[in-house]
Amino acid sequence: MTIAEIERPNPAPVPRALETKPRISDQIFRSIVALGGFSSLIILGLIAAYLFFRGYSILRTEGLSFITGYEWVSSINSDGTAGSEQSTYGVGAMLLGTLVTAAIALTIGVPVAVLAALYLTFFAPVRIRNFLVSVVDLMAAFPSILFGLWGLYVLMEPGMYVAELLNKYLGWIPIFAVPVPVFLRSPFIAGLVLAVMIIPIVTAISREIFAQTPLDRIQAAYALGASKWAMIKNVAFPYSYSGVVGGAMLGLGRAMGETVAVFTVLNILYQANFKILLGAGGNLASHIILKFGEASEEEIKALMAAGFVLFLMTLGVNMLANFIVSRTSRRGR
Amino acid sequence: MTVTPIKPWRATKRDIATQIAVLLASVVAAYFLIANTGFEGRLPLVIFFGIFSITALAIISGLRRGKEAAKDAVLAGAAYVGLFALLLPVVSILWTVISRGTAAIYGGFFTTDMSQDPFSSPLDAGGIKHALIGTLWLIVIALIISVPLGILTALYLTETKGPGSGLIRFLVQAMSGIPSIVAGLFIYSALISGTGRGFSGFMGALALSILMIPTVARTAEEVLKLVPPDLREAGLALGATQWKTVALVVLPAAKSGLVTAVILGVARIAGETAPLLFTTGGADATNLNPMDDNMGTIPFYIWKALIDGSPEAASRAWAGIFILMLAVLALFGTARYLSRARTVR
Repeated sequence: MTIAEIERPNPAPVPRALETKPRISDQIFRSIVALGGFSSLIILGLIAAYLFFRGYSILRTEGLSFITGYEWVSSINSDGTAGSEQSTYGVGAMLLGTLVTAAIALTIGVPVAVLAALYLTFFAPVRIRNFLVSVVDLMAAFPSILFGLWGLYVLMEPGMYVAELLNKYLGWIPIFAVPVPVFLRSPFIAGLVLAVMIIPIVTAISREIFAQTPLDRIQAAYALGASKWAMIKNVAFPYSYSGVVGGAMLGLGRAMGETVAVFTVLNILYQANFKILLGAGGNLASHIILKFGEASEEEIKALMAAGFVLFLMTLGVNMLANFIVSRTSRRGR
Repeated sequence: MTVTPIKPWRATKRDIATQIAVLLASVVAAYFLIANTGFEGRLPLVIFFGIFSITALAIISGLRRGKEAAKDAVLAGAAYVGLFALLLPVVSILWTVISRGTAAIYGGFFTTDMSQDPFSSPLDAGGIKHALIGTLWLIVIALIISVPLGILTALYLTETKGPGSGLIRFLVQAMSGIPSIVAGLFIYSALISGTGRGFSGFMGALALSILMIPTVARTAEEVLKLVPPDLREAGLALGATQWKTVALVVLPAAKSGLVTAVILGVARIAGETAPLLFTTGGADATNLNPMDDNMGTIPFYIWKALIDGSPEAASRAWAGIFILMLAVLALFGTARYLSRARTVR
C-alpha cells in the first residue's frame, strides 16, 4: 500500500461563518413541542374564560354580594318562567363552609403529617422508610369517593364519639355548642375525612423538605452534643419551616376543592354554620354537585359562577403554595 | 488482640427492656382506667396508652439523663404518634374495602349490567360490565389525549427549554391542584351546555385528561431530568439533529420512567368521580360507543349505589370500590417495579 499524496487545497481554506439556525426538521420539532408545552397555559385560560363568561350575567347582577350573600334562592321554574319570588344567588354561606371544613382538616391533619414526616426523616430505618414512603404515595392515589365511603361507614362512629367529648368538656366555647345532642354528619366529621385526605400530600412534601436539611449542619449540631430534639428544633425546623407551610397550603387547596368526600359525609344544607358539631353545612364544591341535578338554566349559570370562584380560590392557594415550596427547596444542598 | 468497636448510640438491652416494660404497664394502666371510668371503646384506650407511655418514658429518661433527654423522649413519642395516626386510616381503609368489598361479587358480576335490576335488588343479580367498559374507554381516550400533551410539556421544560418554560412549569404545578369538579364544570360549560350535544363518555375523558396532563407532565419531567446530559451531547456530536437526539436517544433512555409517568396518571384519574357527574350521564345499560349517549363508569356506579342508600346498594358500592382499589394497587405496584428497575441499572 502506498501512502496517498494528499493534495493541499489551493487556494488556502476560507474562513466561514457558522450557522446556529436550526434545520427545518428541528424547527418543526420545536414548534410541535412548544405547542404541547403551552397546552397547560391554554387549558387554564380556557377554563377561566368559559366559567367566567357562562357565569358573567349572574356575577354582574349580583355583584359583590355573590361572594358575601348568604342566600341562594332560585325561583325560576325549569321551563324558564319566573317563579314566585325574586332569585338571589350568594355563595357566602358555602364559602364559609369551605373555610370551616378546610380549617378543621388543617388543624388535625398538619400536626399529624409533620410528626409523621419527622418520623420518616429522622427516626425510621431506611427500609421501613422506603416502604412507608410508598404507602404514603399510595394513600395519595386513593380515589376521593373511597375516602367518602370510608368516612360515612367507618369514621362516622369514632368521629361522633370525639364530637360528643368535645361538646361535653368544651361545649362552653360557641363553636362546640349544639342545640340538641346529635352529632351525625357534621362539618367536624367532614373535616376529619378531609384531614385524612390531606395527610399524605402534606407528609410527602414535609418529608422532602426535611430531607433537604444540609447534612453538615445536622452533624455539626450532633457534634456539639445536641439531642435529636435540639437538632430538629434548632437546625431542621428553621431550615424547612416555610416549605412545610407551603406543603400545608397545598393540603389546604386540596381540602377546599374536595367534592365527593364532603358530599358523602356531610349533611349538605345551605346555611352559614359556625357550630362545627352541628349536622348541617357544606362547601362550595359539594353545593355545586347538589344543585346541579335539578338546576334551571339560570341556576346553572350561577353554579358556573360559583365554579369560577372556586377555581380562582384554589388556583391562588396552589400557586402561592408552589411558590413557597420551590423557593425553599431551591435553597437545598 | 481484637477490639470490638462500641456503638454508644445503640440502645442497650437494659434500655429496650425498660421500654417494653413501660409500654406493657401503660397498656394495663389504660385498660384499668377505661374499665373504671366513664370512657369506653378502643379509641380512648389507645389515647390513654399513648399519654401514659410517653409520659412514663419521658420521666424515666429525664431521671436518668436530665431535662434534654426527657424532651427528646417526648419528641420520639410524638413522632411515633404521627406514624400511628398516618397508618391507622390506611390500614382501616384497606381492611374495610377487603372485608366489605366481596359481598356483592358473584359469578355474573362482571358479565351483567344494571339495566334490569335496581341498585337495591338482591346481590345475585346485576353487575358492573357496563361500568368496566365505560371506565376502560374513558382511560383509553384520556391516555390518547394526555400522554402526548404531557410528554410534550415535559420535553418543552427539559429539552427545548423554550421561552416561558419557568412559567409553564409553575402553571403545570398549579394545574395539578385544581379541584376535579372544576374540570367537569368546564367541559360541561364549554362543550355540553347550550350546544345540543348530550352527555357522553368522550366528554368524561376530556375532563379526566385535564386532570391527567399535569400528573404525566410532572413525572415525565422528573424522569427526563435524570437522563445524563452526556447522552444528548453524544447524539449531537454524532451529527444528529435535536429531533433525532430526542427521539432516538433521550426518550428510549427514559422509557421505563415515562411508562411510570403514564401509569401514575392513570392511577390519578381511575377513581375520579366529580367530573364524571357533569359529563358522562352515568348509564345503567352497556354502551359501547363513547362518542354518543350516556356511559356508565365504575366511580359513577359507586356514586349511584351510594345515593340509593339501601344495604344491598352499599354492598355494591363497596364492591365497586374493591375493584377500583385492586386496579389502583396493581397500577401502583407496576409503577414501583418499573422505577426500581430504573434506579438499579
